[in-house]
Amino acid sequence: MHDYSAFALLRRGLTGHRGWRPAWRKARPKPAYDAVIVGGGGHGLATAYYLARRHGMRRIAVLEKGWLGGGNTGRNTTAVRSNYFYPESVALYDLALRLYEGLSRELNYNVMLSQRGMLIAAHTPAQMEICARIANAMRLNSVDGELMSGEAAVRRIPLLNQEAGARYRCLGGIWQGRAGVARHDAVAWGYARAASDLGVDIVEGCTVTDLLTEGGRVTGVETDMGTIRAERVGLAAAGATPALAAKAGVRLPIHTYALQAFVSEPVKPCLDTVLLYLGTGTYLSQSDKGELVIGGGLDRVPTHGQRGNLPAQETVLSGLLEMFPPFGQLRLLRQWAGVVDVVPDSSPVIGPAGPEGLYLNCGWGTGGFKAIPAGGWLLAHLMATGTHHEISRPFDLGRFAEGRLIDEAAGAGIAH
Amino acid sequence: MQIFTCPFCGPREETEFHFGAEAGKARPEPAPEISDAAWADYLYMNEAPRGRAREIWVHLTCGEFFVMERDTVTREVLTVAALPGREA
Ligand SMILES: Cc1cc2nc3c(=O)[nH]c(=O)nc-3n(C[C@H](O)[C@H](O)[C@H](O)COP(=O)(O)OP(=O)(O)OC[C@H]3O[C@@H](n4cnc5c(N)ncnc54)[C@H](O)[C@@H]3O)c2cc1C
Ligand SMILES: [Zn+2]
Repeated sequence: MHDYSAFALLRRGLTGHRGWRPAWRKARPKPAYDAVIVGGGGHGLATAYYLARRHGMRRIAVLEKGWLGGGNTGRNTTAVRSNYFYPESVALYDLALRLYEGLSRELNYNVMLSQRGMLIAAHTPAQMEICARIANAMRLNSVDGELMSGEAAVRRIPLLNQEAGARYRCLGGIWQGRAGVARHDAVAWGYARAASDLGVDIVEGCTVTDLLTEGGRVTGVETDMGTIRAERVGLAAAGATPALAAKAGVRLPIHTYALQAFVSEPVKPCLDTVLLYLGTGTYLSQSDKGELVIGGGLDRVPTHGQRGNLPAQETVLSGLLEMFPPFGQLRLLRQWAGVVDVVPDSSPVIGPAGPEGLYLNCGWGTGGFKAIPAGGWLLAHLMATGTHHEISRPFDLGRFAEGRLIDEAAGAGIAH
Repeated sequence: MQIFTCPFCGPREETEFHFGAEAGKARPEPAPEISDAAWADYLYMNEAPRGRAREIWVHLTCGEFFVMERDTVTREVLTVAALPGREA
């Protein structure tokens, strides 16, 4: 595996940065594979990597209509955490966090995981009670979580608005020390490079237009680069998944909404943790370059257009200024949106789709970056063995007919 | 800020409206004979169409539900109409 050691960096630096090799092969699709994954976001790429690495499969392709990570993976605000409420969710998101903790070493690629902790902040006694409930649930589920006092929160985040007249004076909240941020592109590229080294074909600029089925079995995909046969097909196409699944007669409980993010001009270090405010729905962290990375709730208009609307911007940014009035002086450098796949219970759909050999990994909505290692691990398990891993079973599509929803939005009061 | 048009009140800011559901879903009846799968389909499953969509929206200000046809990529509103039997 080619590396980026200090020595290699120095040598290339002194020789005009010529001779770097692409991190993954630009593959042309072959006529047939054992497994085809639709979508080259984090979940699709991680699935391919674990199929090859853990299950020894070799004839694997990832088909991506644009460029790797050009969907939500490369647009997200990179908060990783496992401070969820239900045991099923904690099992899922903490598997992801544990895998993230070893990922740079596993992939030999620095994903820049920074476990700087995260505070979910409350400003009313009722919210503090909810926070205590979630922190207790986290501990019962063997995950690090604690209730942080208002004083401790202000010590950690001194810029928080604590004026007597502050609309959202922080009373404390849930603290998870293992939460943090990771580098989104690096996660996609690291999985891509490691998968490519294991023989996975990563095909960019290849749009899947149809699913091929014969007698209730999936047999391949139709693409703008021709027909590709496959014994198993995994769909990891986020907001595009419902239209793809419909080609095989599968209906999904997904609405697509735009979710926006904002980046400020860079400033000196002023925030060394991730903060999510329950009262405003706004959350933020500071990037290594000094920019504030800001996000919030969904736009309220279903869309497939990757751009946000003004009312949501106003909500997010006015929330920011209530929390940190001095940030009113900052200019925004960039603003963008991704199309996220929102499910009524805010939990993902992982499992067999219906037709034999067709599997789903979608519905991550506003919060699937933190779950990428687990989503890939679990979809790979499904595609290799044909059966659920015990952690993915509760997230089966069947939960909607059985009434076993995992209603995390209500349970955990989360924005993303 | 986008302007949506309520069939009853006329053009108003988008924040006065709320998305309800995709149009054209009929509640399956009679309930005792409906399978769990058919009920779940009615309750939860969507098309999430890319492009032209027919949707039920509510104008929160007057409380009326109505049908809006939109393009989900460009966000252009194509038509608005009262629900059958609710015409002004
Ligand atoms: C602004 C924003 C902020 C976010 N913040 C966070 C956060 O802080 N923490 C967190 O955990 N999550 C966050 N998320 C959510 C997170 O980004 C997503 O849940 C996650 O990236 C989903 O990964 P994915 O691989 O499923 O989808 P994607 O990365 O969207 O990948 C799907 C891929 O499928 C491709 N595709 C679609 N159709 C086809 C086709 N027909 N043929 C071939 N390829 C196709 C797309 O081009 C795309 O690259 C945020 C999202 C957004 C938009
Ligand atoms: Zn009205």
